[in-house]
Amino acid sequence: MYEKDGEKYFVVDGHVHYWDASPENQANIHGKQFIDCFYGYHTALSPEEYLWPEEKFQKYSEEDMMHDLFEVGYVDVAIILPTYLEDFYVNGFNTTEQNAVLKEKYPDRFVLNGRFDPRDGEPGLEKFEQLVDSYDLKGVKLYTAEWSGQSKGWSLKDEWAKRYLEKCQELGVKNIHVHKGPTITPLNRDAFDVADVDEAASEFPDLNFIVEHVGLPRLEDFCWIAVQEANVYGGLAVAMPFIYSRPRYFAQIIGELLYWLDEDRLIWASDYAIWHPKWLVEMFVDFQIPEDMQGEYGTLTPEMKRKILGLNAAHLYDLEVPSEIPQPAAVAAGEDEYPEAPY
Amino acid sequence: MPTEAAVLDALSGVRDPELDEPITDLKFVADLRVAEDAVDVRLRLPTPFCAPNFAYLMVADAREAVLSVPGVQRAQVTLDDHHASSEINAGMADERNFSGTFPGETEGESLDELRAIFRRKSFVARQERLCRALLAEGYTPAQLARMRLEEVPASEAKEKYLNRRKEFGLDVSAGASLVVDPDGNEVPEDAVVEHLRFARITRISIEGNAGMCRGLLATRYGIPDPEEATP
Repeated sequence: MYEKDGEKYFVVDGHVHYWDASPENQANIHGKQFIDCFYGYHTALSPEEYLWPEEKFQKYSEEDMMHDLFEVGYVDVAIILPTYLEDFYVNGFNTTEQNAVLKEKYPDRFVLNGRFDPRDGEPGLEKFEQLVDSYDLKGVKLYTAEWSGQSKGWSLKDEWAKRYLEKCQELGVKNIHVHKGPTITPLNRDAFDVADVDEAASEFPDLNFIVEHVGLPRLEDFCWIAVQEANVYGGLAVAMPFIYSRPRYFAQIIGELLYWLDEDRLIWASDYAIWHPKWLVEMFVDFQIPEDMQGEYGTLTPEMKRKILGLNAAHLYDLEVPSEIPQPAAVAAGEDEYPEAPY
Repeated sequence: MPTEAAVLDALSGVRDPELDEPITDLKFVADLRVAEDAVDVRLRLPTPFCAPNFAYLMVADAREAVLSVPGVQRAQVTLDDHHASSEINAGMADERNFSGTFPGETEGESLDELRAIFRRKSFVARQERLCRALLAEGYTPAQLARMRLEEVPASEAKEKYLNRRKEFGLDVSAGASLVVDPDGNEVPEDAVVEHLRFARITRISIEGNAGMCRGLLATRYGIPDPEEATP
């Protein structure tokens, strides 16, 4: 929990990882390039005092993670997302099974998410069901650009993807986190295109689709679909760190998101270990739209920040929010359900 | 013998299709060597996982631009440090097209459709930039809706918009409307505010993406980042 100027904030980090990208686990050059890419994001957008040496960034300890998130980073609950990348890493980058070790040790601290890959077909469907059963999963992280043998990615429009989404619906896996990445086939298409989320969101209105990185670098396409589909949410990982290095740009992103979606469908996240939650929480709570931009974008209130920092994600995952945290005005007045969400 | 300056000038005509900026401004040209009638160019990108289709387009466009310089007989453009470097460089050396460079990983022959999508986005962003400047000067959205191109005061933003509009094959004659959608349809007065509001996110998205790419390139190659904030 974070407290500042008499305001209390329940913090749910919507996107954290516990990865192993050490040289021993790199299966090939792409494993090295992939973590180099992440390290580039880390170094380009972190304040200097939060920079890690490359070696630590490739593989950090459980103690590091628990300390950074919960002891100093103000995080109450973290949603831990798997990224398998088994073509790049011998034991995977971070699998559900690996993350489950943390969940078992600290059950109140983590929401464990799984994944599916529609290219695994019928046998994968059964395995997915077992995964959901054994860990009581409520969400999945889908990485459509993931390589698998000859394939350089897949789309939510694929017939098998829909079969898996039907299965999610049936099993109560209601939160579908979607990450867009740069190498989806066919290669002559735009890999970051989020149009397939639109179709899936219309077809599965009972599922929530959290588009990671608010669709960046295709913010406009993300806003376009989010305006039309009430069950599409924006995950703020990757957008958040601009708050430090390019605060005016951050103000534009958050201003546009608030205009097109409102504050009920935005999920704050650090993308740990790419960025440290401590400075992201502190700076976000202190943040205000610059005065000369307020005519276009208005201002951010503590209530809006409270929703974005934790209440929205808590609602999606049915997390218990301490009673000392003020609920959104409408909910507190008993007038309405929590806004917008279909569940 | 062609000069380095002439080759650089030709390369400045090559744009990152996604960021809508010259590859020379983006510092994607890592090295350039001219020896007699042969030119050797090395390109670099912000991350090893930059989209391979855009990477291919820039390499192919750079090669074509270099070959257009008088006196150049041979041009070799090499992409450094990318996950698809070997495929793209081999494809270039054998003068294969995109689908030949990535056999089995593409649909159809070319990248024309992809290029068209990003030309559309750049058209929208450039129009918004121009309209934004006009609104700041005191014009109202209703005035913009009725404005003819000849009535728009000359500016760099206007020139950039008209260049793209022309490349797009849309009417750029004096009497044509300023505000049109990417298909060339006029935008009615009551829809102009919404039209520009949406155009604005397209512009913000492109600018933010370009800023991110600059920052990543600067970090990757230890060069100064022009947009680095001083917090």
